[in-house]
Amino acid sequence: MRQLVLFACLAATWLLWSGIYTPLLLGLGLASCTLVVLISQRMGFFSGDVFSLHILHRLPRYWLWLSWQLIKSNLDVTRIVLSPHMPVRPRLVTLDARPLSPVGIAIFGNSITLTPGTVTLAIDGNQVLVHCLTTETARSLADGELKRHIEQLMRGVSISTTGPATD
Amino acid sequence: MAAIDWASILTWILMISGSFFVLVGGIGVLRMPDLYTRVHSASVTEILGPFLVLAGLIVQSGVSLTSGKLLAIMLFLMLTSPTGAYALTNAAQLSGLRPRGARPLNVDEFKDQESKPS
Repeated sequence: MRQLVLFACLAATWLLWSGIYTPLLLGLGLASCTLVVLISQRMGFFSGDVFSLHILHRLPRYWLWLSWQLIKSNLDVTRIVLSPHMPVRPRLVTLDARPLSPVGIAIFGNSITLTPGTVTLAIDGNQVLVHCLTTETARSLADGELKRHIEQLMRGVSISTTGPATD
Repeated sequence: MAAIDWASILTWILMISGSFFVLVGGIGVLRMPDLYTRVHSASVTEILGPFLVLAGLIVQSGVSLTSGKLLAIMLFLMLTSPTGAYALTNAAQLSGLRPRGARPLNVDEFKDQESKPS
């Protein structure tokens, strides 16, 4: 069932994006859609609760908030790069991502890396090791505001806990 | 030049400021002391720069399928560039490259946050 949904989404995207309906391109589209579904199957994409569309309607709000954070931190890093002394004070922080599901941890790590000034170095179970450019970014991360927003985002999704963290 | 083309002016502003951030990211990559800090700087090039440039292009193309595709590019960029950065830094970390000058956060600074050196 989920395979069919994914295939339909992929096919629709292909048709919309390419806009050229010759047998060759349609055949290529068919082949690549099938390939993606097969690879996803092999990755265990459809077993368990890895892929959930339930958070889709809450995603725009999260993206809006994240965009604002991104603009702020981009400007911060720009200021650091352009200042003559370059006040870089790297910090390592280990964050506890405890209540988050594997998908939540993936969003967590991705959002951290997306934000300039913080980069996820390693994820080990529930521990997330983060490299921060300055003490301030480390402090704001340790506040846990990002984690709260992701908890909000993932609320209501049945958590299939302690799945093996696949890298 | 009777009418002022506001859309083009907006596009100019967006694309030039986008280019500015790409440039800043590049300067940062050269100035930063080690790999990990350079990745921070490169993410300015990856996020805000392309974002502004693409926003400028969207203003040019108006409400059309092209704008939708440009928005999709933004989205894919936001999903893939952290993945690349993570692959890079995680590989560096696994191969034993220590972040230069990086101190772990003190426990007494943040009581609820346990911290340890890698």
